[in-house]
Amino acid sequence: MSTQTAMDSGRRAAAAPPGGLRRLMQRRSTIAVMMCVPLLAIVIGLIAYPFLYALFLSTLNKAETKFVGLDNFFFLFGRNTFWMVVYQSVLFALTAVVFKVLIGFAAAHMVNNIPAKGQRKWRGMLLVPWVIPPALSTLGWWWLFEPTYSAINWVLEQFAAPAIPWLSDRFWARFSVILVNVWFGAPFFLIMYLAALKSIPEELYEAAAIDGASAWQRLVHVTLPMMRNIIAITVLFSIIVTFANFDIVRVLTQGGPRNSTHLFATYAFRLGIETGDVPLGAAVSLFMFPVLAVFAFIILRNVRRRAREI
Amino acid sequence: MAGGGASEVFFKGASQRRDRRWALVASYACLTVFVIFFLFPPYYMLVTSLKTNAEIAALNTNPWIIEQGMTGAHYVHLLTETAFLTFFKNTVIVTVCVVAITMVVSVLAAYALSRLKFWGSGLLATGIFLTYLVPDSLLFIPLFKIVGALGLLNSYWSLVLVYPTLTVPFCTWIMIGYFASIPRELDEAALIDGANHMQMLLKVFIPVALPGLIAATIFAFTVSWAAFIYPMAYLYSTDQLVLTVGTVTTLIRGDVFHWGGLMAGALLAAAPPVILYAFLMDYYIAGLTSGATKG
Amino acid sequence: MAGVVLEKLVKTFDRTEAVCGIDLDIADAEFVVLVGPSGCGKSTTLRMIAGLEEVTSGAVYIGGALVNDVPPKDRDIAMVFQNYALYPHMSVYENMSFGLRLRKYPKAEIRRRVAAAAEILSMTDLLDRKPRQLSGGQRQRVAMGRAIVRDPQVFLFDEPLSNLDAQLRAQMRTEIKKLHQKLRTTTVYVTHDQIEAMTLADRVVVMKDGVIEQVGTPHELYHHPKTRFVAGFIGAPAMNFIACRLARNGDNLEIRLADSLTLAMPTDRAARYEAHAERDLVLGLRPEHITEGGPGNGGGSGAALPVTLDVVEPLGRETMVYFTLAGTELCGRVSAETAARAGDSLTLSADMTHMHLIDPDTGAVL
Repeated sequence: MSTQTAMDSGRRAAAAPPGGLRRLMQRRSTIAVMMCVPLLAIVIGLIAYPFLYALFLSTLNKAETKFVGLDNFFFLFGRNTFWMVVYQSVLFALTAVVFKVLIGFAAAHMVNNIPAKGQRKWRGMLLVPWVIPPALSTLGWWWLFEPTYSAINWVLEQFAAPAIPWLSDRFWARFSVILVNVWFGAPFFLIMYLAALKSIPEELYEAAAIDGASAWQRLVHVTLPMMRNIIAITVLFSIIVTFANFDIVRVLTQGGPRNSTHLFATYAFRLGIETGDVPLGAAVSLFMFPVLAVFAFIILRNVRRRAREI
Repeated sequence: MAGGGASEVFFKGASQRRDRRWALVASYACLTVFVIFFLFPPYYMLVTSLKTNAEIAALNTNPWIIEQGMTGAHYVHLLTETAFLTFFKNTVIVTVCVVAITMVVSVLAAYALSRLKFWGSGLLATGIFLTYLVPDSLLFIPLFKIVGALGLLNSYWSLVLVYPTLTVPFCTWIMIGYFASIPRELDEAALIDGANHMQMLLKVFIPVALPGLIAATIFAFTVSWAAFIYPMAYLYSTDQLVLTVGTVTTLIRGDVFHWGGLMAGALLAAAPPVILYAFLMDYYIAGLTSGATKG
Repeated sequence: MAGVVLEKLVKTFDRTEAVCGIDLDIADAEFVVLVGPSGCGKSTTLRMIAGLEEVTSGAVYIGGALVNDVPPKDRDIAMVFQNYALYPHMSVYENMSFGLRLRKYPKAEIRRRVAAAAEILSMTDLLDRKPRQLSGGQRQRVAMGRAIVRDPQVFLFDEPLSNLDAQLRAQMRTEIKKLHQKLRTTTVYVTHDQIEAMTLADRVVVMKDGVIEQVGTPHELYHHPKTRFVAGFIGAPAMNFIACRLARNGDNLEIRLADSLTLAMPTDRAARYEAHAERDLVLGLRPEHITEGGPGNGGGSGAALPVTLDVVEPLGRETMVYFTLAGTELCGRVSAETAARAGDSLTLSADMTHMHLIDPDTGAVL
């Protein structure tokens, strides 16, 4: 900075005293940097550094005494449970997000169709699942799925349908986890899509109607394109959150039956905290990162490109 | 069924009015189905929590309604004979501290990033977004070691240290959005009026962006209250547990008839965020969706 | 002494020079208007005076002191913004007193000043309202009130009337003028509207592409523009420009237009143009100097212009007529009682005492 100041002062002989302007600018950016220090501390100290530490941890042996390179990863590749976890995590993420998007989108349209006065009430009721801490609402679902006392099975009974082994059968256990996940997450999509729907200018619909578009065509040619950005962002966030989900599986099935509902998070918890093999747990949870990074990159690039168009 | 929000414009004639009414009825019907789907679990939890143990255990009763009389026994038991109130106290302490830390850090950083352009500000803003790629279920293991090294394992203060990673990025992002929407001329008017940066932040920006602040506070509160994986990993003794972990792990006893108490515990533990939401719903939703309209 | 002096002021953004070295001397109590098209550098200049933009090179003096490095709050200036910039969460009273409260003025003093300013602007009953409860004109008055209570050395106005509708704009113009007559504070006012410039200013500064084209009183700018740009910018409707040739006809000079229409040069001005005889020049003539009918209009040098009218625009107090001459569309002003219609052939009279000849290469008025 000081050599710059000297050069400037030589050039601007008739003007400000040398260094005065630079001092002013420096003061401003010093304040700015100081204001960001706490944020930086958190991002670097509690996010970036632990992430790198996890990479390091995953290369140690269980007792953390010696460096074993990629052995932990190879070990995991050889375990059948691990591949089940991969399959289940991807299955949950994609299935749950698809349903959340569909339900959220449909519900948002319904709410938008009713007169404005009543919308607030309905919207309020529909957002409740998302406000209840998931660990606690999952307790309620656990009770609803309880083998002997399941209230849902009671309803099925009334219609002479067979009782469903919600948590003890592989297929139904996975179904239950996805169901609870969708129940919990759909309201978020509802809220975001409702806001996005309201921001689409009426004139576009009016122009489309004059051009002769049917309701379905208006949906496809006006609504969806205008909402591309928000759909992309919500899908990205939801994939990440669902992929990394812990609460629901932990409370509902603890990863069972027979590891058929384990996700990366719960499996890492089982290996890392419960059996005390921290490096192995770190290795498991690190598998999440590349997948998330890829998704984030793809969708972000789309979003940036489209934002520039608008 | 009408697609898009411009239904009113197109329905003028009599037959179209009939169509419109039919569409409205269909919408209400669908919405009712959705509401039932979203609200039946909490409803069932409430019903169970007010039933007597006998009724819960009886297999021939309708589980969805209370037939044999309501009882508050589960709630009384919860509050007097379990560690529930300790959990509540711990959760309140942790949440209040985390919300305070989050708001101070986010507001300062958001002001600097949205108003005071400096070298690296764009980088940091992107960096905040990237923290979402490193979820809590990835961080909890290395942080487990770090928290242990700091001697904070099995203490709820470990949560006060770690929760801001969950709340600060999103709250900063919300505040940046709100601050950015304040017209620059307001800055300049304040500059000419004689305000320095702190005064501008406190006397102009914060009051004008108050809705954003409220939304961010609610979000930080809700996230702290509901956090689960960190306390599961770091807390063991009953006296240190917070509500989410405490309810899930300690209220489950061996016998079959604990469900009433468990549901009561779950509902009471879930109550504060829900009550907060009921009163401040508009701010909460506005905060969440502030990015939706700007993309 | 609260004059403002700008010395060789330059402002560069990235690679573009927005202000290219301007010199200006504004006297105490003077009302100076910076006017020009978008992008001419007038707002940038104002913001450099205010301290909202850093000076790339050159000097700004307020009240005789060099203020290049002085932050805005210490320059003893007050600014009125185009979009009012009122604090939405504060009442009118709090908006107006904010600057004083920051400077820790005693409460009684603040109350007195705000009351006085509110009185001048007829706003006393609005003091408790919030900005969102006020109309555009009221908000602008609050913005002015905020400037007045500071009792600064210089008032700075940045296109304050651009957001108001035409009628309100005319009303506020008068109020601003009355304010200046009462307070006699040095004022620098930026606008793109030349009518505001002409009605409000003691002196007008016409800017284009970062340089000053001309500085002068409204009268000087109107009657004696120095460049083609100033001639065309000042006055509405704009001056007519026709390509012509300055030809010699014996001892006299005459102005020959493309379709062999010749206009006589008024004798008292001939001497000035001797040096440019036989050159292609541009003739400038204001619409108000192209009128209907005989030599009675405009005095001795009424040259005859036989034309066919294209468009007739009745404005109430006068009528504007558009016609084509020498391939150019021109505008003239006739009385409101005229019977002329579009398509009519008419002989108009050009008052040549007010004509200007412009060098097409340099743009300078000869």
